[in-house]
Amino acid sequence: MKEKAIHVVLMLLAFSAIAALAVITAFIFKEGVPIIAKVGIKDFIFSSDWYPLEGQFGIFPMIVGSLAVTAGAMVLGVVLGLACAVVLTQFCPQGMVAVIKPSVELLAGIPSVVYGFLGVVILVPLIRDYLGGPGLSVLASSIVLGVMALPTITSISVDAFQAVPRSYREGSIALGATEWQTTHRVILKAARSGIVAAIILGMGRAIGETMAVIMVAGNTLDVPHSLLDPVRTLTSNIALEMGYSAGDHRQALFATGVILFVIIMILNSIALTVSRRRVRKGAAR
Amino acid sequence: MRIPPAVTQRAAVGLMWALTILTLGVLLFIIAFILANGLPHVTWTFLSTSPESMGRAGGVLPMIVGSLWVAGLAVLISAPVGVATAVYLTEYTREGRLTAVIRFGADCLAGIPSIIFGLFGFVFFTITLGLGFSILSGALTLAIMVLPTIIRTSEEAIRAVPKSYRDVSYGLGSTRWQLVTRVVLRSALPGISTGVVLSVGRSISETAAVMLTAGSALGFPHSVFQSSRTLALHFYVLSREGLSMPNAYATASILIIAILLINLSAYALMRRFVAKVV
Amino acid sequence: MKWLVLIGVLLLLVVFLGFGWGGRGQAAIDVVGSTSIQPFAEMLAQEFNRQHPDNVVEIQGGGSTAGLQAASNGIADIGMCSRALKQEEAEQFTAVTIARDGLAVVVHPSNPVEDLSLAQVKAIFEGQATNWKEVGGLDRPVRIITREEGSGTREAFMKLVMGKGRISRKALTQESNGSVKELVKHDPCGIGYMSLGLVGGELKALRVGGVPATEAEVQKGRYPLVRPFCFVTKGPPDVKARQFIDYVLSAEGQRRLKEEGLVGAR
Repeated sequence: MKEKAIHVVLMLLAFSAIAALAVITAFIFKEGVPIIAKVGIKDFIFSSDWYPLEGQFGIFPMIVGSLAVTAGAMVLGVVLGLACAVVLTQFCPQGMVAVIKPSVELLAGIPSVVYGFLGVVILVPLIRDYLGGPGLSVLASSIVLGVMALPTITSISVDAFQAVPRSYREGSIALGATEWQTTHRVILKAARSGIVAAIILGMGRAIGETMAVIMVAGNTLDVPHSLLDPVRTLTSNIALEMGYSAGDHRQALFATGVILFVIIMILNSIALTVSRRRVRKGAAR
Repeated sequence: MRIPPAVTQRAAVGLMWALTILTLGVLLFIIAFILANGLPHVTWTFLSTSPESMGRAGGVLPMIVGSLWVAGLAVLISAPVGVATAVYLTEYTREGRLTAVIRFGADCLAGIPSIIFGLFGFVFFTITLGLGFSILSGALTLAIMVLPTIIRTSEEAIRAVPKSYRDVSYGLGSTRWQLVTRVVLRSALPGISTGVVLSVGRSISETAAVMLTAGSALGFPHSVFQSSRTLALHFYVLSREGLSMPNAYATASILIIAILLINLSAYALMRRFVAKVV
Repeated sequence: MKWLVLIGVLLLLVVFLGFGWGGRGQAAIDVVGSTSIQPFAEMLAQEFNRQHPDNVVEIQGGGSTAGLQAASNGIADIGMCSRALKQEEAEQFTAVTIARDGLAVVVHPSNPVEDLSLAQVKAIFEGQATNWKEVGGLDRPVRIITREEGSGTREAFMKLVMGKGRISRKALTQESNGSVKELVKHDPCGIGYMSLGLVGGELKALRVGGVPATEAEVQKGRYPLVRPFCFVTKGPPDVKARQFIDYVLSAEGQRRLKEEGLVGAR
């Protein structure tokens, strides 16, 4: 009897995560969808006119901005993140792993406002003085976000590399391949789906980051034409104007959240499907 | 022309190491830069007084207290739920559609950006439930945010408990609940604590979600229904309003040191756990 | 053993929450709104709380519009608004002007431009004049820095300068007076606008239509870009809110505001 009760209580608690997800989705959509319906989904997404006090809500530049900044971040994040993962799993003596792994994890723990602040204090002046433009730019945001997304990419790739059976590596080395050939042709290939999942989750991290981006992106309403142009992202649009908004304007910011939410959910689902396929493939072996 | 494999091996390994060292260099630089500029200004007075004239002078005591309240309360709410979920997933059910749904929920929750949590907390806790800008609103919002971390680390910790422990316990005639509380949770405790400690760290460094729920009042928080500015938000305001750079750096130093300590203790716990179980 | 831990945690929870719940019975006076007024209000609140330990004032940012909203739905006792109220808002609220503030048009100190007419400022912010030489400066691009949509400072600027015009899409958008200041301070091509009381010595505040941007000129009513800082309440303020408003309007409160660079309410 007591066992039965405990079972039920635990089950109910276990559903809290999915319940929270449902409530969050419901509330964000409830606040945001009416204005999308009013403006029209096509105008909301493809119009570049964001004049909230005049009732014009078009978030095209922010969608482009978010994508541009994320793409830039991925260039840096994937290169550095994968390199760290490769070194950690393939080339690194055990003693060094104990130093490098916690360090990369620490990078994930540093508050995003600190990243943003350092971006403003160090990166932005460098870009303004040596490359031109206002300094607040796609480039600055990409660098900051790349570093921030790196730990996600590293830790998930490390898992993927470790999931590759040892025999693959041993076999390849036995056939006379060098360590690098093994890594490059065998391990990377075998861990491919895990790496894809890592990159997609890293993208999610970059596209959802807010405070650091507000500080270094410049937040213009224009579609960026070069790496040195400032941009506004979906997240910074919400955080910049949320405190001030009322009525339709506030709903439009929630609607911006809806678009962001949908993008993130698509990325999550892709990552989950990809990594699940890996599990199934792994089990079949 | 073919480059000999031995050469590519050398070049590639060198490049990989160079990139890794660059990454570690970035980390070191961030920590060194903040601490070098901030530590000289972290004095006992700074830690133990309230800010004067918006933070241009004075200390950060209310923010330290506010951060601890928000993070502590968040974890206090989240940990029991997260551990219960992990126990349910590992001990009380078989892998199936149900566990898939629960895991899907947790995975999706983990991917949601903090600004979305902030928006949600703002409409749900602050406005709909009428909690206003308050420590409680912030803590509840963060509790949902860190839930996936706690579920995942607890689940991994519980799964790592050797099957032999369970067999022995069942052999001695214990019920499932006795098994869970006396054997499984006790062995998995260091592993679970790792997740809890990391969640405290995540709560302390969060800004966007807290800004929209806990508010930014400067006063000393006397109750969970009061608004309180956390350290991370205070740092943001100080540096953005250009009120006082020394105080901004000092606040950032406190944050960085807190995060360092938290990560170190999480790491130590993890090592103890691995040493114990394996 | 396990149960002891559990009971311990529960006890801790109860104590923790109990402390929180029971801590302070009386509610604070919530003052919410404009981030431009916020620093001044915080300064006043600090002094007020020292003198009236029984009557606690809490200041929150959020912006002018949010302040009006909060005052309207009862979340705040007092809303802070850093612009003149619109027609329909004036009917809804009781407003008190606590101070007046000049809106300074600021540039980098190295910028040789000293004086712009209102029309020139408008042309620059609309994005029609894109090079400093078009307004008598060096051959450099103009970098416009504006505040975010909904900010009282921005709305005051829109009303006083832009009229029906729109601020260029290329304008950099910053969320506080401080970050506008930081940007202009480091950018020789930059131009922004901000509260006159917060300009400080590192930026150059331009003359507008020949009138220097100083408190004296604001006081005389000659400087064209002036906005009120208001406290609004829904209906007449209650006793406690009244006490704080009275303090702000008192000779001492007004003196403190003037020390911070604002211009008196009257």
